Amino acid sequence: MKCVAAYRTPYPGTQPDHLHPSYVSSIKRAPTKAQVPTPYTLSEVTGPSFEPGIVGPTACDLTRGHHGEPIGERIIVSGRVLDENSRPLRNTVVEVWQANSAGRYMHEVDQHKAPLDPNFTGCGQAITDTEGRYRFVTIRPGEYPWRNHYNAWRPAHIHFSLFGPAFSTRLVTQMYFPGDALIPFDPIFNCTADEKARNRLISVFDWETTMPEHALGYRFDIILRGREATPMEE
Amino acid sequence: MSLQATTSQTVGPYFKIGLQWLNCDNLVGEGVSGERVTIQGRVFDGDGVPVPDAVVEIWQANAHGKYNHPEDTQKKLLEPGFKGFGRVPVSPEGLFRFATIKPGPVPGPEGKEQAPHLLVSVFMRGVLRRLVSRIYFPDEPRNDTDYILNLVEPARRSTLVAKKTAGAPGALEWNVVLQGPDETVFFDLGL
Repeated sequence: MKCVAAYRTPYPGTQPDHLHPSYVSSIKRAPTKAQVPTPYTLSEVTGPSFEPGIVGPTACDLTRGHHGEPIGERIIVSGRVLDENSRPLRNTVVEVWQANSAGRYMHEVDQHKAPLDPNFTGCGQAITDTEGRYRFVTIRPGEYPWRNHYNAWRPAHIHFSLFGPAFSTRLVTQMYFPGDALIPFDPIFNCTADEKARNRLISVFDWETTMPEHALGYRFDIILRGREATPMEE
Repeated sequence: MSLQATTSQTVGPYFKIGLQWLNCDNLVGEGVSGERVTIQGRVFDGDGVPVPDAVVEIWQANAHGKYNHPEDTQKKLLEPGFKGFGRVPVSPEGLFRFATIKPGPVPGPEGKEQAPHLLVSVFMRGVLRRLVSRIYFPDEPRNDTDYILNLVEPARRSTLVAKKTAGAPGALEWNVVLQGPDETVFFDLGL
């Protein structure tokens, strides 16, 4: 008889509900029926795994790969990926995307009247090392308007997508910057009820990774779900 | 020490920039065994309007019922040409399509095999944390005894079973309906 150890259930309020009316797009897209709780089976505790070679050596530097240097403030975004049991997660793919320094995405749907930067696409990938570390070199993204409500502006943010060791650990989130005056007004940031949990989405200015004469450092540690200690009978 | 999982946030409308490098709509590499299927569907919002900015990911076992993952210790054959992961953004008409194989059965609760199935993650603007569902296969007798399918109220089980396309062998249809009477069953995996 095989046993499968479950992943931990999040503490109440630390993850967003599907419906958050002040984030208008959720109104017609949030499921209305109760989700069906399921036990963990082999399907949920396995998931896509990747070899370090899948990520190219320069994929973590968003300021390279173009003819020139992108406009904006160069920054280093780094951190560790751990599970809820404080174990570093290695060989985890981290995908990021973001607006340029003027607050414009290199995407045909984004019609914000801010300039595109031919030297900045805004996407990067990394794979964590044996200590769970990742590191990106990029440009600080700009704030930008959106049409959620009158005079709505998104705080500066970088999108993150992670796999972790299993289907159950998949996470898509956003990283914010300390001191951003727009954060308290952002319905997406505020969709998580627990104040401490949402504040953990704000990166920390970091002297240790700041490079003299080159770039400010921001640290953003990411916690993926961890296993329960006791396996369930399968 | 115990930490809390980082809060989920929406993938937003511009995910293509960051996610397209890993797009994969054909999971079947060279030498892969199993029954070829295509799974095609659309994503609909609460007004029945196709969602133009969603991304769908699938995870599945190979035809022998073996996952390409270290935690699957079953003595079943792994096939190098089959990783089991797919990712596709929907088209402006809300359409997605995967070419894959029908997986074999994998172990489930109470020591019983599960019916062949795919796991699905759906992300989109307006959805604050991913939606998790399953795709089961039509004309599959094991569906009747599948542990997970039997957790779902009978009237809603059909939202989890792909439909055959008349006159097109191997072509299956499975839609994501976000709201309403035909709302797709989504599973609560805790996050």
